[in-house]
Parts: sequence; C-alpha cells; structure tokens
Amino acid sequence: MGLDIRLPIGLMFGILGMLLAGYGLLGDRSVYERSLGMNINLIWGTVLILFSALLLFLGSRKARPRAGPAPQPGARPRRGD
Amino acid sequence: MTLTLLDWLVMFVYFGFVLGVGFALKRHVKTSKDFFQAGRSIPAWICGLAFLSANLGAQEIIGMGASGAKYGIATSHFYWIGAIPAMVFVGIFMMPFYYGSRARSVPEYLRLRFDEKTRGFNAISFALMTVFSSGISMYAMARLIQVLHLFDNPFQSLGIGPQYIFHICVIASALIVLAYIFLGGLTSAIYNEVLQFFLIVAGFLPLVYLGLKNVGGWKGLQQALPVSFTHSWKGLGDPSTNPLGVEAFSLAMGLGFVLSFGYWCTDFLVVQRAMAADSMSAARRTPLIAAIPKMLFPFLVVLPGLIALAVPPQATVPPSAVVEKAGAQPHAGLIPYKVEETTGRIKRDKNGKPELDYDLAVPVLLLHYFPTGILGLGLTALLASFMSGMAGNVTAFNTVWTYDIYQAYIKKNATDAHYLWMGRMATVFGITASVLAAYVATQFNNIMDILQLVFAFVNAPLFATFLLGMFWKRATGHGAFLGLFSGTLAAALHHGLTLPAGASPGVKGGWMGMLHAYPSEMAQNFWTAIFAWTVCFVVTILVSFLTTPRKDSELAGLVYSLTDRPREETTPWYLRPATLAIIVLCMTLLLNIVFY
Repeated sequence: MGLDIRLPIGLMFGILGMLLAGYGLLGDRSVYERSLGMNINLIWGTVLILFSALLLFLGSRKARPRAGPAPQPGARPRRGD
Repeated sequence: MTLTLLDWLVMFVYFGFVLGVGFALKRHVKTSKDFFQAGRSIPAWICGLAFLSANLGAQEIIGMGASGAKYGIATSHFYWIGAIPAMVFVGIFMMPFYYGSRARSVPEYLRLRFDEKTRGFNAISFALMTVFSSGISMYAMARLIQVLHLFDNPFQSLGIGPQYIFHICVIASALIVLAYIFLGGLTSAIYNEVLQFFLIVAGFLPLVYLGLKNVGGWKGLQQALPVSFTHSWKGLGDPSTNPLGVEAFSLAMGLGFVLSFGYWCTDFLVVQRAMAADSMSAARRTPLIAAIPKMLFPFLVVLPGLIALAVPPQATVPPSAVVEKAGAQPHAGLIPYKVEETTGRIKRDKNGKPELDYDLAVPVLLLHYFPTGILGLGLTALLASFMSGMAGNVTAFNTVWTYDIYQAYIKKNATDAHYLWMGRMATVFGITASVLAAYVATQFNNIMDILQLVFAFVNAPLFATFLLGMFWKRATGHGAFLGLFSGTLAAALHHGLTLPAGASPGVKGGWMGMLHAYPSEMAQNFWTAIFAWTVCFVVTILVSFLTTPRKDSELAGLVYSLTDRPREETTPWYLRPATLAIIVLCMTLLLNIVFY
C-alpha cells in the first residue's frame, strides 16, 4: 500500500543502532558493571545496524522493478473471490 | 536509576517513526475500506506480525513475565497448548469464512450466518470490551512509570511535580496512538505493529541473554529454582503437585480448547489483521506465520520472570530507586514487595506474609541489567508493547462501532465518505473513552475487575456459537442467540457458586453461595469456561432443532459443507497453509517434549 514498511523500520533501527554503538564506542565505560562487564551498547548497536542494513536492502531491492505510478487502492485482484 | 539524554533520544526516535508512518499513509486513505480494512492489500508476513503484535500488549509482556515468576515455565502452556493450536485452526478452517464471505468484521459474519440480534449482542459487548481493555493498558503503563520513578528527574527539572506524571503518561500515549490511527487507519496500526514487534524483540532479547548468562543458563535456572518451575507438564496429573493448581484435563479443555480457541478464533482484534490480507491464501497464512514467533515468545516474555526469581543477590548493583527487594524470601530474587499506593506500606496477606509484586518482575530486571543507552531501548520496547495493544483495541473498536453499530442501527444509507468520517470520529471517541476507563481504574479497582469478569462470561461460550455456525448448517439464529445467552448465564452461575481456595466471597466468586472449592483461581477460570461452552453448545443444538433452519442457498460461503474449498494450487507448496500448519504443530510438539 504505497509504502514499503521495511524502509522506515530499517531506517529506525539504523538510527537506534548508531546511537547505541556510538555511545558504546565513545561513552563512559563504567556503566557496564550492570551488564556483567559487557559493552552491551556496542554489541547490540552493531546487531541493530546489521538488521537495519538487511531490511533496507530487501526493501529497496523490491521497489525498483515496481517503479511507476502506485497501484490504485483495491485495484489488485483477489484470488479468494 | 535516572535516564540520560541518550535514553530519551532512543524514545523520541521511536515516537517520531510511529507518527511518521501515520503521516506517510494519510494520503493513501481515501475510502472507508482503506481505513477499516487496510484496503485488503497487505502481504501475509506483515499481517502475520501485526496479528501477533496486536495481542502483545501490556497483559502479555508484564503479565506473562509475572506468571513466569509466579508459576514458572508452565506459563508457556498459554502458548504451546493454548494459542498455537487455536491459531492453526483459525488459519486452516475458519479464515475461509471470515475472508471469503462478504463480512467486514466478526460481528458482521454473525449477522450473515445467523441474524441481527446475535450480531448486536456480540458487537456491543465487544465494543465495550475493547474500550475497557485499552483503558486498562493505558492505566498499567502510567502506573508502571509512576511506580518505577522513571520520569521523576526530567519532569522535576521542568518544574512538573511527580503527581502529574500519571496524567501526562496517559494523555501522551493516547495522543500518539490517536494521531497515527486517525491519519492512516488500520494500515497505519498494522504497519506500526510490525515496527513495534521488531522493537519489542530488539529490547528484550539482550535482556534474556544477559539474564541467562548471569544465572548460568537454563542449567543454572534449573538448579536455582524448584523442579516444578522448570517443567511444564511434570506434576500436571494432580492439582496439588504443580504451581498452577490445575490438572491436565481442565488445562487441555479449559485453556487449550475453550479459552484459546474462543480468543484466537473469534476475537475481532486479531482476526481483523488477517482480514486485511491481500488474498485468501495470505489471510489463511497470517495466523500460521504469526504462530512461529508466537511459540518462541515464552523465551522472550516468560523467561525474564524466571530469571528475576533466580538472580543471585548482588551487593554491588543497587536495585534502582524502586522499592525494597524481597530478597529475604527464598526464591524471591529481584521481585519487590507489593506496596500500598496510599500509605506506602508493604501489603501483607491473611497470614501476615508480605505479598510480592510480580508485575514488576520484568521492569525491575530491565533496570537491573541495562545500562544507559540500551535501557532506553528496553523501556521503548515496553512502551511499544503498550501502544500496540492499545492500537489493536482502538482499530477493532472503530470498525465494529462504524459497521456493526452505527451503520446497522443509527444511520443505514450514508455515503462512504460519511462512514470514513465516522471511523475517524470513532477513533477520537474510543480513545477518549479509554482514557476515562483508565481513570475509572485508578478510582475503583474493583469495578474494573468486575467488568473484566463480565466480559469473560460473555466470551467463554462464543467459540461454541462459531463452531456450530461454521460447521453445522442446521444451526439457527434463535439457537445461536439463546445458546450465547444461556452460556453467559452459566458462566456467571458457576462463578457465583464456586470459590478458589483461600479467597473470600466477592469478585473472586462465591457471591451466590458455595457449592465447590477449587484448588486455584486458574482452575476455577478454566472450569467456568468449560461450563459456559458446554451449555452454549447444547442449548444452541436443542433450540436449533426446534426452530426453522435457513435455506442452503442463503448459507453458501458461510458454512463448511456449502462452501468450496479454497484452492491453493497457485501457491508454491512450501507456502500453502496446510504445509505451514504441519510445520507449526510439529515444532510446538517438540517444544512441549523438550520442556516436559
């Protein structure tokens, strides 16, 4: 329906991942006593960035062959009828 | 524990995106079909994740974690014997009637299959229920934020006292959900549910990882907790040998059959997501796709409860500004005591033992392990779960209100633009009513309990009506209505005449007398449902035989024997509903065996 949801979700996780990983790299390291000594911001931020890249890749790959005017709402045939 | 700028940034990024999705979809909403049914144009995987996420509200995240801490891994019965078989059933057998008939909602199916009065009964009780559940969701969120003192510091620096935090939370969450549904309708709710689904997983997965690592993995949990907490079936032969206080029959029949099938197969809140799919095949696949992550959810939402219970006492990490920990009790781990809101004193039960606030198990665990940064993500995941649960209720409400109440009884032949406008107004009205319900909950906690009870009575027999309606063409409208009515009455009677052990007569039961005592509240609930279902089933059959059935030609597409089987030849074999159903059932069986 006009918007491929993978793109905004991918973008959001990209931003969140960069926030976390950025803080993990540059921020105060004494906070990780809670998380059993693991730099959980850096680790999980990196995972989120990878996930974001995957979603953005899938979302943009599908968009290209479908370029052109968006289909009219309800114009798609329903196989069930 | 105070939140830093980074935590707030994470939260605001999420708010920005949910609102952004609403704005981006606004221009695609042109007809009432776009608004209420998402144009019936959503791919199966999106519907599947939304199907799951709409149910992933406060009750799920907070409640399942609390049950995990209270009852152990047996809580996963709500998934492995409860939800999954029902989700397979609705996908394979029931979706052809919901999606294939002209019905736009579950109550409307009841009108097509039976008659107006059966639809009216279902539509009105359902609409009321959605408003109250979204109100309760809002109340739970605002109370949680207040109890954990999460926002105290930032609000203080803005000159806002802590007494206003509850109000600000309720109003802010209501406005955000209102904005994105008002703009983009069901599509917006569904898209945001997918976003919220991923966010919930992203927020809780590291929590489970850290927690498990800390307690020494599953092996460590087994050593730290009583045997019954790490086995889901062992001890189910008798109510006295398992923490749930139920025996296998009432579990399988009450939870596995009546309650779960009643919820997953007839509740428009979830069925609406599948009905938005872009084809019959996609609609049937929706609950099956949802079933795969659903069966793994105990590891995400139940396990934190067990971990909170087993966390070894650590002097180094302060438990946040919450409340006193119940560390003195054996196996109480991180779980804090229940505190009376007015006096600030610890609540005690009849024997003077302090009560534990199991609802705080998951939030406290979050504060225990998460440093700033990922703490923002974890809290955002919590907020996302509250919002997705609320939005699910609100979209179900505006559809049932507009199609099944407004169009049916108030204004029959208006233009499509008028109904679209009414849908948006119903969204505003539904959310306003939910906010009021949230405040009712703060004032009269008992009234909410009683209301939830009444809805449980209304829901318990419902699955018998649908089962007979879809699979027995002889069932009549009078039969269905009287069956539902007497089923509801039977539930109320059973509840009024029985009491769980240790409870005093009142909301818990026994308000009409005392015929039988159950070993636990759960056992009583299951048996209430079993009674209601059986009475509805029998009465519907008896009355149907005494009344005139409808002609076969009128029931085509509504009853199993008079409907063509959906054709799946065009779908590749690995995407066919039957294949998915077999995979889902095998995996569920395996989980039951592994965690026996």
